[in-house]
Amino acid sequence: MASLRDIKGKITSTKKTSQITKAMQMVSASKLNRAEENAKAYVPYMSKIQEVVGAIATGTSDGAHPMLTSRPVKKTAYLVITADRGLAGAYNSNIIRAASNAIAERHSSKDEYVIFAIGRMGRDFFVKRGSNVIGDVIGLPDQPAFSDIKEIARRAVGMFTDGTYDELYMYYNHFVSAISSEVTEKKVLPLTDLAVETGTTASYEFDPSAEAILEVLLPQYAESLIFGALLDGKASEHAMRMSAMKSATDNATDLIGNLTLVYNRARQAAITQEITEIVGGAAALD
Amino acid sequence: MKTLTVNIVTPDGPVYDSEVDMIIAKTASGEIGILPGHIPTVAPLVVGAVKLKKDGKSEYVAVSGGFVEVRPEKVSILTQSAEVASDIDVARAKESMKRAEERLQGKADATDFSRAELSLKRAMNRINVYEGNI
Repeated sequence: MASLRDIKGKITSTKKTSQITKAMQMVSASKLNRAEENAKAYVPYMSKIQEVVGAIATGTSDGAHPMLTSRPVKKTAYLVITADRGLAGAYNSNIIRAASNAIAERHSSKDEYVIFAIGRMGRDFFVKRGSNVIGDVIGLPDQPAFSDIKEIARRAVGMFTDGTYDELYMYYNHFVSAISSEVTEKKVLPLTDLAVETGTTASYEFDPSAEAILEVLLPQYAESLIFGALLDGKASEHAMRMSAMKSATDNATDLIGNLTLVYNRARQAAITQEITEIVGGAAALD
Repeated sequence: MKTLTVNIVTPDGPVYDSEVDMIIAKTASGEIGILPGHIPTVAPLVVGAVKLKKDGKSEYVAVSGGFVEVRPEKVSILTQSAEVASDIDVARAKESMKRAEERLQGKADATDFSRAELSLKRAMNRINVYEGNI
């Protein structure tokens, strides 16, 4: 049985750990609030752009814009959004597993796909596995601004346009609520599932032409989809880190309770033993 | 007099939302002035200033591209970044102007060159809007 000193040491260290996890939980909770606000601020932009894209894409019947049409797939790109750090429960491993399973299923050789990685965990995983990581962003702030990922979004969309690959998928965690989120696969390009709502589609004048506008609009739309996924991912990252830290704190509290019990028992045993020894000693003198 | 509602939104949130009398924006095919009752239009914007006239005064917003969607009583400008004149970080803009100029001086391939050119344009636009010389 462990000595009193050992148990005491274990209790102290567990207490310290639980203080840290508790603090991390509260930090994540406040970051989650901010992240939700950011996601809310982004909604008007997205819904507006969706509306206009829908209106134009349906207005131009033979709108055979390259970004709207599927072409035979020779190469696929995957954009994987993970966190930079661990300690967020299964956040990173869920995304990475979903992405790497899908890749393993669809492709037989490494030449058939390329990876864009947002977040250190995803990047390190795919680099270590020898996948072709052609772009990465790490060290994003907790409240990312659009300018932080503009570069990679533009590249990802640009390389689809110039034919480097024929499909772009995105993997990220979709924020459902503070206690749940789900790994989501989204096909960004080509844009085949445009939300078409016929109610509001006013017939627009296009200046100079519908094609010229699509030229500007579609890349912007695709880039904002990527940003939207990042915001969503950040929100669920904070939520998952919060619940992971909460369960860590709970576990630590349980552990401290058990250890205290063991400690008291050991202390009691030691006292009893001491008394027996004294009584025994006194009896021997008589 | 009738007014128009203007919304300027970016992925980072709304930047401007108000009633104005007239909007002047730079589109790819030239400047357009928008008054209430304008025919529904969509037009791409270039890097430049959007002028918002209200009660005889005018305000400027620096936008970096994007597009404008016009409806008879509502105008939405969707762009990747936009700043009201008073919110512009002019020190940062000057710095990025310097950086872009240096890159343009050096030898670079075509894509780097056009990117530097674009960022120079954006920086100059911000400075111009900030100083009010449009």
